[in-house]
Order: sequence, then C-alpha cells, then structure tokens
Amino acid sequence: MANKESTFTNMVLTLFLVTLAAATTLGFIYELTKEPIAEAKLRKKNIAIQKVVPDFTNEPNAEAYDVAVEGDTLTLYPARKDGKLVGTAVAAFTEKGYSGLIRVMVGFNANGTINNISVLQHQETPGLGDKIEKGKSDWSRQFNGKNPEDFQLQVRKDGGDVDAITAATISSRAYCDAVEKAYKAFQKGGLQ
Amino acid sequence: MNQWQNFSKGFIKDNPVFVLFLGLCPTLAVTTSAYNGLGMGLATTFVLVMSNLVVSIIKNLIPGKVRIPTFIVVIASFVTMVEMLTEAFVPDLYEQLGIFIPLIVVNCLVLGRSEAFASKNNIFSSIIDGLGMGLGFAMALTVLGAVREVLGSGSLTLIPDVLEFTLYQGDGMLVFVLAPGAFLALGYLIMLADKVKKKMY
Repeated sequence: MANKESTFTNMVLTLFLVTLAAATTLGFIYELTKEPIAEAKLRKKNIAIQKVVPDFTNEPNAEAYDVAVEGDTLTLYPARKDGKLVGTAVAAFTEKGYSGLIRVMVGFNANGTINNISVLQHQETPGLGDKIEKGKSDWSRQFNGKNPEDFQLQVRKDGGDVDAITAATISSRAYCDAVEKAYKAFQKGGLQ
Repeated sequence: MNQWQNFSKGFIKDNPVFVLFLGLCPTLAVTTSAYNGLGMGLATTFVLVMSNLVVSIIKNLIPGKVRIPTFIVVIASFVTMVEMLTEAFVPDLYEQLGIFIPLIVVNCLVLGRSEAFASKNNIFSSIIDGLGMGLGFAMALTVLGAVREVLGSGSLTLIPDVLEFTLYQGDGMLVFVLAPGAFLALGYLIMLADKVKKKMY
C-alpha cells in the first residue's frame, strides 16, 4: 500500500476533503429527493384518511386543524361530501406501546361512531403486538361501528369492552389509549 | 485467487454471517421474516459494493491513521443516500425497510470489507468482493428469516402478496419470532453451514 504519510496536515486535509465531498453529495441528493419525499408522505396521509372515513369529495388535508387534548395536540381532518360533513379522521398517538410510540389514524362518522382505524407507525413485537395492524390480524376490526360513548375503550382486564390480543395486553392497552385520545379530540372539536 | 473464487467465497467458505460472524446485530434484529431478511440483505449489498468501489479508488490518497474515519464517512454517505432515494422513489419499500436502513452503517461487515479487502485490492476485485459478500449476507439473512418465519408464524413471505405462503394456521412457536429464537435458529444454521463447509473444502 502506497499510503500517504500520516502527518498532521495530511490527516486534517484528507478528512476535510472527504467530509466536504460527502456533504456536497448528500446535499445534492437531499435537494433532489426533497419534493418526492414530501409528495410521498402527503399521498400516504391521504390514503390513510381515505381508508378510515366514508367517501368524501373535499380535501381533508387542506382543512386540517389542531385540537389540544390533555397536553397533546392532535390533528383533525374533516371529510365532507358535497359540503356536508360525513366524518372526521383524527391522527392520534400514544407513547404507552410496548416499544414506545404508536401512531394511528382514527376515522369517526359524523354521529360519533368509529368508522375505521389504521395504524400509521409502531414498533410492537413481531408476531405478538404487531397484530394491532389490519394486515396481520382481524383484532382491530372489533372497534368498527362502535360508539365510544357506550363502548369502554379499555381492555377487559381493566374493566373495558375491548378483547385484548393474546400475550400482548400492553400493546392492546396502548392502542385503546390512542383511540381514546382521538375520541376526546373528536368530542372537543370534531363537529365543526 | 481468480474472480469466481473471489465472488463465491461469500456464500459458504467465508459467509459473513455463518463463518465470519460479521454484522450479527442486523442479522438478529431484522430476520423476523424472509422478506425482511432479503430486503436488508439487498440494501446492504448495494452499500457494500458502492463503498468497496469508492474505498478502493481513494485507498492511496488516505493517510493510514485516519483510514477508519474516512471509510465510515464514505459508508454513512451511501447509507444516507440509499435511505433518501428509497423514501423518495419507492415509498412502499421504504415503509418495510425504513427502520433497518440506518442500521447498515453499524454493520461491521461493510467496514470490515473496506478495511480488509477494498483498501488492499484493485477496483474490479473490490466490486466483485462486495457483490459476493453482500449476496452471501443476503442469502444468510433470507434463510434465517425463512426458518424463523416458518417456525414462528407458520408462513413464508418472499415478496408480500406475490410470493406469500401460509403453511399452517395458528400461532406457531412464538419464541422463534422473538429475540431468543434468533439466537436458537442462528446457532443451528451455523452448525449446518459448518458441516456443508467441511464437505466442500
């Protein structure tokens, strides 16, 4: 190996040049991908909203507004069909998951019943807690069509009406917590 | 060593996971399904080939004492690039692999090949080495993921919705999906790989 000598100047200069080249390239790629990434995120959000509320004709994203609940701020997306409110999607989250943060999108019909829920992000144990996802099991369907008014959003162990996932009570609890939070936000500011 | 040997050594003889025990952190963490293992393996292969290429180009310009930091900067740049590009242009894949991609930086396999091979060999051999080692890594991760998925969840997913099989209903042996199962399955696979290796070489 015909390496350059390890003098101080050589080392500083090399590291400077290498990091400069890396930073320039990354900056360039960042500029290049900034818009597609933003677009992809927006599309993902729109798909998540579409999944949880009844058919709509407006742009819920453009009409989104924030509601503060118990020190957290949740975003609500009103869905209208021909100007009439048909439902509201609430982006809610909880940090009580088995592996931390769980983000969900909860869709309410105009009368307050849960239309559908989809999980946006979680890190629950594969094979156990990840059954909160629609694709992994039917567990989350038990919420559909229920009105939290007369459906206690707590697992049966805690005196609620929700069947917990076997061997994943903590994940189930956290999921209920997120939905509960979404419902509170919906009650507070969902019927605008 | 001819180029074919250089390429094929990554599969059995010097397999990164089963023989060299490099990159075990992502190996154990990611392989809950065959698809995850395959995706992680291919992403690593890309980074490995690109970093081997760059390291072998700049190897003579770098003072010996700062070579490791330099290699790390090169590797981290490629990983960040992969992350941004997949997020922008294949968001579906990014969704599946998103949390694993940054893990490639800490994969000692990539740094190991830069240090042990690319910094001593010419550009072409380095690319072949990266390709062989990367695909060997991908193979090991896919096999480990498949074993854990079949035993733990009773299904086998190579490409979701396209190559997806359900082998039996029910819960399977959950321990294999959890962390201890990774060690168990890896242990048995290492034993098997050792047997095969002894037969072949």
